[in-house]
Amino acid sequence: MPDVTFKVFRGDAKGGQAIDYPVPIAPGMVVLDALHYIQGYLAPDLAVRWNCKAAKCGSCSAEVNGKPALMCKTRLDSLPTGRPITVYPMKTFPVIKDLVCDVSWNYDVNKKIPPYRPAKDGRKIYQEDVDRVQEFRKCIECFLCQDVCHVLREHEKKAEFAGPRFFVRLAGLEMHPNDITDRSEFLKNSSGLGLCNITKCCTEVCPEEIHITDNAIIPLKERVADRFFDPLRWVFAKIFGRK
Amino acid sequence: MEKTVAPAAMVKFGTTQRKDAWWAAPTATVAVLTLFVIYSMVRAFENNYYIAGPYLSPFYSPLLLFDWWPLSPAFLILWAPAGFRFTCYYYRKAYYRAYAAHPFACAVGEPHRDYQGETKLFLFQNLHRFFLYAAVVVLFFLWHDVIKAFSFGGHFGMGFGTLVLLVNTVLLSGYTFSCHSFRHFVGGNVDCFSCAKAGRVRFKLWKGVSSINEHHMLWAWTSLFAVMAADLYVRLVACGAIHDLRIF
Amino acid sequence: MNYETHEHDVLVIGAGGAGLRAAVEVSAKGLSVGVVSKSLLGKAHTVMAEGGIAAAMANVDAKDSWQTHFSDTMKGGKFLNNWRMAQLHAQESPDRIRELEDWGALFDRTPDGEILQRAFGGHTYKRLCHVGDRTGLEMIRTLQDKGVHSGIDVYMELTIFRLLKDGGKIAGAIGYWRKTGEFVVFKTKAIVLATGGGGKAYQITSNSWECTGDGHALAYEAGAELIDMEFFQFHPTGMVWPPGVKGLLVTEGVRGEGGLLTNNKKERFMQRYDPKMMELSTRDMVARSIYTEVKEGRGSPHGGVFLDISHLAAERVKKKLPSMYHQFKELADVDITREPMEVGPTAHYMMGGVRVDAETGASTIPGLFACGEVTGGMHGANRLGGNSLSDLVVFGRRAGMGAAEYARKLNSFPLLDQGELEKAAKDMETPFQRSGDENPYQIHRELQESMQSLVGIFRMEEDLKKGINKIEELKHRAAKLAVKGERTYNPGWHLVGDLKSLLTVSEAVANAALTRKESRGAHSRIDYPNMDEKFGKLNVVVSRKNGEMNISTSPVPEMPEELKRLLAENK
Repeated sequence: MPDVTFKVFRGDAKGGQAIDYPVPIAPGMVVLDALHYIQGYLAPDLAVRWNCKAAKCGSCSAEVNGKPALMCKTRLDSLPTGRPITVYPMKTFPVIKDLVCDVSWNYDVNKKIPPYRPAKDGRKIYQEDVDRVQEFRKCIECFLCQDVCHVLREHEKKAEFAGPRFFVRLAGLEMHPNDITDRSEFLKNSSGLGLCNITKCCTEVCPEEIHITDNAIIPLKERVADRFFDPLRWVFAKIFGRK
Repeated sequence: MEKTVAPAAMVKFGTTQRKDAWWAAPTATVAVLTLFVIYSMVRAFENNYYIAGPYLSPFYSPLLLFDWWPLSPAFLILWAPAGFRFTCYYYRKAYYRAYAAHPFACAVGEPHRDYQGETKLFLFQNLHRFFLYAAVVVLFFLWHDVIKAFSFGGHFGMGFGTLVLLVNTVLLSGYTFSCHSFRHFVGGNVDCFSCAKAGRVRFKLWKGVSSINEHHMLWAWTSLFAVMAADLYVRLVACGAIHDLRIF
Repeated sequence: MNYETHEHDVLVIGAGGAGLRAAVEVSAKGLSVGVVSKSLLGKAHTVMAEGGIAAAMANVDAKDSWQTHFSDTMKGGKFLNNWRMAQLHAQESPDRIRELEDWGALFDRTPDGEILQRAFGGHTYKRLCHVGDRTGLEMIRTLQDKGVHSGIDVYMELTIFRLLKDGGKIAGAIGYWRKTGEFVVFKTKAIVLATGGGGKAYQITSNSWECTGDGHALAYEAGAELIDMEFFQFHPTGMVWPPGVKGLLVTEGVRGEGGLLTNNKKERFMQRYDPKMMELSTRDMVARSIYTEVKEGRGSPHGGVFLDISHLAAERVKKKLPSMYHQFKELADVDITREPMEVGPTAHYMMGGVRVDAETGASTIPGLFACGEVTGGMHGANRLGGNSLSDLVVFGRRAGMGAAEYARKLNSFPLLDQGELEKAAKDMETPFQRSGDENPYQIHRELQESMQSLVGIFRMEEDLKKGINKIEELKHRAAKLAVKGERTYNPGWHLVGDLKSLLTVSEAVANAALTRKESRGAHSRIDYPNMDEKFGKLNVVVSRKNGEMNISTSPVPEMPEELKRLLAENK
């Protein structure tokens, strides 16, 4: 089997550069296999975050040939041949070392989300009630959607914008059949939902194929519209006393 | 939060490591949308050639002729479908990307730094549902036009134009009822279908709308071409450039 | 030296299902709790659990009861289980699942609005609550969010490499941040080990990067007893191709949903080995059968057998086994709705581990508690599918309660021995000062090869002895390892620490396997192919005496008469 050149970013928060590594390739190989080869034989200190190597934990996020992707499921035969393959860390988060970024911001955002609160009536739950939410709960927190989202990536609005991952979580809570927390104020004012301009890059990169924009973000925008931007509803509520 | 160090220094417009033709799709969007806007403006201003036999151009339907209105009657109704499309969740994606380059393509550097998303001025996008209501009313008239297009001097018949109007209206209906706001309206706003009033029905409706909503982009483009084609056909027949083909 | 120091009443090491459940419990008791996670929060190996969580809720099969679940577990474990653990597990798991639901988990539903349950190997009734084939993810996300909002402190990407004691009892632990390589000291009254297993000792394994048996090694070094280490479960169905994903788990749910195993002669070969249970026989049996089929030349092109689910409607396969569908489609170009998968055994789960008290999770060291895969006893000689996730929440909660109660009784924090601390730190640092060519990746590869070929599914005295010698050689070489590069996020250095754990675990597995001169459950000796009643009453115990590994046996706890009767009735 021929060698393929991998241009891998080596460096840290102070900067760095791409280093070329020749890697022998085998059938069915993925990018993460190549990085393991580099670690095992060429650069033992190459920092890569990975865990399950089965696209289930969402640890090995990076940018392969410029596209945010999980390295464990990016097959080499899906990339153009005859050219070097570039592997860079996610751009949106600060680099710690090589391909590893500091993603702790995401965990801080998660803490601010108003938690699940169940209706205490031991109500039965049917499959039709959970179908929608189960899609959101497929999320493996790879943060590729956060990485690709231009609101974070280009405009660095980390202070005011929760990002697609957390809109998915919020949607999962809001549409939960048994949850009673009202998050509409949070959605409108704190989550930065309005900053999303639904350009769908998050959906394009999602390895779990969650329809982030269509099924999570847009429905949330509609719920915010129900609550804050719909005079008709408001009049109805005044007349009929409904919520 | 510490400052992001950009290893690839993607700070300028178009800077990316992507190796594919990322510029192709947004460029095509710019070309097609621009063409459509120019065409529809020209046709709306033209104020002529919108009726040909039993056919009425969708740009002029419903035809509202008032003495007090000095301009083309198209403007009395075009705001509805135009507003519907402008605030449409799909078109928003398309033009934010193609015209505003926010972002031009995923993981590609943007040209300018000021960005407010859909806050402030763009809060008007929340009016989408009201444009939907208006678009449904217009759609009602378009179906009326289709029925009329089967009537040739009081006799039942069908011309090529009938087909054109029919296909156009089917596609417009698909586009209108696959709308995200409509999906929300029929069931998206329900948290617990099994406990809501008429929950099962709403679940089925929501499921149905969801399945066509998945192809909202396709509906958006095909109906855009269809409405342009329908108007063009009516215009060409009306000005005598071509003759309508009678099928029976 | 001064180190970054944190103080918690209870420190939980490991942030998988068991660790998080334990932490939630400690926090509910009003104590301060820290959770140390070797990787990022929510990435633990629990996310890989696919098929479901076993509990006798009787939603689908009304006849199910904890008694049947208990009997199934004991039968599956070849009666070597700690009966009290098996009993508590069977009795409490339904409540733990309802609790998960109260915390927001959404399982698949039955038509009348209850939690849906599916069939699984060794379970008499349909018993596995599930969410498609990503049950573990649902569980960990639920616990993670519950934990985050319960105010537990999480230390992500931090590896503990030594437990510290004050006299005989636990006083703290020392670890390093992966990010910076800096050392961190924890002062604590009690520690809950929830570090999972050590599948990375094998070449073909379903286990994650972080499954290096750290907890086993930490407990062993601290002087705790390990039991049942010879029982290493090989999951019958791992992927065999392409090479990069060899060993990757194919959920038992495939067989639970009706998947069929065939060889290259298109025979349903399980007919020969277990005609009653067929594909849904216990894991040890199915793994051995597949191994035998391949060895006797009836295997698939890439050295496995065929697992076929394509007789079901494509939509059903995609709905019930979505991640299997994607896994094969994307990684192996196989559409499982149309063609069979190729599968073979993969090192999956350690039945053995820290000996604990069933009620409290207390180990033999005061202040040291354990729960989940790092413990031994619950599953005996072989674990049933689905019993692991329930184990995590049942005993996670119990260990949390046990540790909280212990910590509450201590008036003050035990003292840290500065000398012990310095020594631990120095041991971890020295690889940077050494020079030489010994490479940790090379040693890891050699260890995996040896464990695979010498301490694998089928074992014999000669191989085991060779394996033990090899481990001895590797231990000496590992003591001379030199690390290149900086301390910041240096995987080569991290591997040096992980290797130490892996070598300890491997040594324990091989020695325990040598001691058990019979075949039982997951432990199959070619030279002793039958069960031996004498060994059926003994646990093999591994502990540390005078710096050396000591192997002994102790009697399996005696079951009360009523449970004996129960087992006899359910035979």
